[in-house]
Amino acid sequence: MFLPSPWRQFFPGILAFAEQQQVWLDSAATAQKPHIMIDALSQYYQHGVANVHRAQHQPGEHATRCFESARNTIADWLQAAAQDTIIFTKGTTEGINLLSQALAHHFQAGDEILISAYEHHANLLPWQQLALAHGLTLKVLPMDADGQLDIDHAITQLSARSRVLAVSALSNVVGRQQSLQRLLSAAGKAGVWTVIDGAQAAVHQRPNLQQLDCDFFVCSAHKLYGPDGVGVLFVRQRAVTALRHWQFGGEMVRQCDYQQAEFLPAPLGFEPGTPSTANIVAFATTLAWLQSLDSQAIVAHEAALHAALLAGLQARAMQIIGTPNCALVSFNAPHVHHADLALLLGEQGIAVRAGHHCAMPLLKSLGLPGALRVSLAMYNDGADLQRFFSALDQALEILQ
Amino acid sequence: MNDLTRAAQQALADFQACQQWEQRARLLLQWGAQLDELPEELRVPDNLVHGCETRVWLVLDKNAQPLHFQVASEARLLRGLLALLLLRIEGLSANHIAAVNLVDWFAQLGLSRQLSPSRSNGLNAVLERMRELLAHSVD
Repeated sequence: MFLPSPWRQFFPGILAFAEQQQVWLDSAATAQKPHIMIDALSQYYQHGVANVHRAQHQPGEHATRCFESARNTIADWLQAAAQDTIIFTKGTTEGINLLSQALAHHFQAGDEILISAYEHHANLLPWQQLALAHGLTLKVLPMDADGQLDIDHAITQLSARSRVLAVSALSNVVGRQQSLQRLLSAAGKAGVWTVIDGAQAAVHQRPNLQQLDCDFFVCSAHKLYGPDGVGVLFVRQRAVTALRHWQFGGEMVRQCDYQQAEFLPAPLGFEPGTPSTANIVAFATTLAWLQSLDSQAIVAHEAALHAALLAGLQARAMQIIGTPNCALVSFNAPHVHHADLALLLGEQGIAVRAGHHCAMPLLKSLGLPGALRVSLAMYNDGADLQRFFSALDQALEILQ
Repeated sequence: MNDLTRAAQQALADFQACQQWEQRARLLLQWGAQLDELPEELRVPDNLVHGCETRVWLVLDKNAQPLHFQVASEARLLRGLLALLLLRIEGLSANHIAAVNLVDWFAQLGLSRQLSPSRSNGLNAVLERMRELLAHSVD
């Protein structure tokens, strides 16, 4: 299994782990960082800091220029149109919470929100709680045995009462890329707001938000080789005025009296308080770097790793969830509890995830107490998989 | 204080003799296999320990003298850890159990990593629940 990663050398965290005999196969949880990102953070701080958008002094102007230039870089990476809006959040979770609250005033009891069966809790709980508070109906769209969303069925579920369709483009459990265009188009025609959770998908395929016809798109920097605590909420021009301000404080206000206030439009009206400027700037640097690489080569490398992972697990008769085709595989060993296997892999320096993967309803519906998940990124190589499989064989020998 | 029983001393010697993780794992499995588990009919939601990703049930038999805990777990290695936990406190009164340094016990066994805060295997949650049950039994 000779699958070297030409990009591995750019990730000091992966190299540090290798020295400690640790193999990182949990990138779907969070990704290691390239040194260009780490340098950008350090450089931003070393040049002196200031608040953005508020000060008249030169450092403030500089910080604001860096910040807004980062917004442009990120919009460019997402291939957003110039008139669309990029709102900075803390992450995908906050982006979806923002949407669920900023859209809430449009909903009445009996209205419907549609999600898929495979959603991460981040794209389930905000809608579930909104539905409970306002008497809305949460419709759960089923997937087939492969883990593919049943698009024909989903379209039939759209009704005159449907208000929001919120689905992930790549499940963090099933690892199957969804083709959502037809559903998005049907939802759009039905006047339903469409939200794409791109937390996993964006890592493995650069989004094209001029092609992907959704109203809102969310993703997280930390999974995209960027810093912690930053997320992006893309809002298409037609949807931006639908959002009502949801968090209040400094910077987002146009006019303020003791008894009332007027707020700025998006994006600033949705970014109260001091933003995570250094992280946002470093995230833009990360994306610009990613864009400078051969994206087809990365996709091909990850696909080769994924195929080898899948083949190795199949050869060992592991019980795989769905038919994954991207980034990760979740599985169980027959007659072995996932926690036992995870413990013995951990003992051998293999970092994989075990449990319900923040998708409890999905695991329950599959009748599984949990599963192991191996997830891949551009810096993984064939040697990582070899070490994983040899550790798996050892663990199974002890447990079976 | 709280001298180890002979069985506990033996377990300690066995684990300390392990050179490699495989040996420790096999020993844990053996201990788990010997655990006299909580009967099925007592594996009810009320007896579930919250905070474990793996389901663990824990019951304190207050009428038994000395105190007697019974546990059950779906995962075999955790079952071994639980057996070692019970081994350390068996025969002790509530006050004595409270005084036992269980973190130290697992460290001596070479299993302290299983108690680290990021572990979701549930051993920490079991310890917590045990303290709660003991506190109630003393009242």
